[in-house]
Amino acid sequence: MAALLSPLRVCRGILREIRASKGPEYKNSLAYNYVLEQFRKNQVTGERHCRAREEALHASNSYLCLLSSTRQHIALYDLYHGKGQRGTEEMAGVVGLRLPTQPGGKGWEK
Amino acid sequence: MLRNCLRLHSRLGHSLSAPNVCPSRQALKGLPLLNGNTKLYSIITERKKFYEDVSISQGDGGMFEINLDRRKLKTPGGKLFKAPNEALAVAVANEWDTQKDTLKFYSMHLTTLCNTALDNPSLRSKDQMITAALKYLETDTICYRVDEPPSLVELQNNEWDPVLNWIEDRYNVVIGSSTSILGPEIPQATMETFRQHLGSYNFWSLIGLEYVITQLKSVVLALALIDKRMTVEQAVLLSRLEEEFQIGHWGNVEWAHDVDLYELRARTAAGALFVQFSSESSTVKRKLMQD
Repeated sequence: MAALLSPLRVCRGILREIRASKGPEYKNSLAYNYVLEQFRKNQVTGERHCRAREEALHASNSYLCLLSSTRQHIALYDLYHGKGQRGTEEMAGVVGLRLPTQPGGKGWEK
Repeated sequence: MLRNCLRLHSRLGHSLSAPNVCPSRQALKGLPLLNGNTKLYSIITERKKFYEDVSISQGDGGMFEINLDRRKLKTPGGKLFKAPNEALAVAVANEWDTQKDTLKFYSMHLTTLCNTALDNPSLRSKDQMITAALKYLETDTICYRVDEPPSLVELQNNEWDPVLNWIEDRYNVVIGSSTSILGPEIPQATMETFRQHLGSYNFWSLIGLEYVITQLKSVVLALALIDKRMTVEQAVLLSRLEEEFQIGHWGNVEWAHDVDLYELRARTAAGALFVQFSSESSTVKRKLMQD
């Protein structure tokens, strides 16, 4: 049933997420180096069958999911989450109106 | 009133995160306290970032600690933050490291879970947690079926039955499904089997497992995920099956459905990882080089 991504794709996916969240100096970050080291360590040997590989693969898949979902959630949250009350002018703009610039509105001076 | 709200929060089990580093703890002193001496929760959701570097170090007892600049990270309860293994510590450190100008505590799920495990804000024992988790089995998402419309009935049968059959085989129990509002009758033997199985988890894993169960609203899906039968994406999809069906029919609304979906995925993934990290032990065997 499980449709796990291959190790290489997961590894690249995680590193891409770290780069996206860390910016240019991502290569010095703790997580970047740790992830890379873990993936190198867990390359399969030809010698014995190991369940741990699947475990590691499943964990890395979950981690990729965690990173990408968190990023997308924050993006949507920033876009849609309420930022408190709006000002009168902005609120008028939402329904396509403008506030009068003169005290009594149009025709005040007549 | 406020006190009631806070009590409700603590009963829900998970400390809303907002961890504290010691110098700034005074900020919240005015709030009523639940049990007088320690504050195990916080209503802060965002804070200005106050550090540059994040690193981890191994303290005594082999536990890993998080350093923000030169200060040690602490839990909302004021304890020293400790993670049992390096992978978890690195993941938590990464959460702190990737925050931009403000700390968004609601996006730091692994930190929250560690805080819950360290502080245990609702002061529950393992038995109480197992009972609370198993309550979800009585109203498990995938045991409640609809009897119309036919296409949804078919979808539910096709998607949920394999998981239900799998868990009945795997644990040798009877669960069954139902279309009535009362749900299926779960036999006592089934509950006992699961109670014993959950008893074999350690405290940290149980915190994670209960978190996954409450997110997915399903014991069956949570166990299938923890047993690595399915990925996080699949578990979340099955948990939201009816919603996905309705979206397919009526259309997707980004500010509700997608926000929900990504948050649920993130939380579920964090819970699953937390269980795996807290229950694994790894050994390394090197190949002997032959000349």
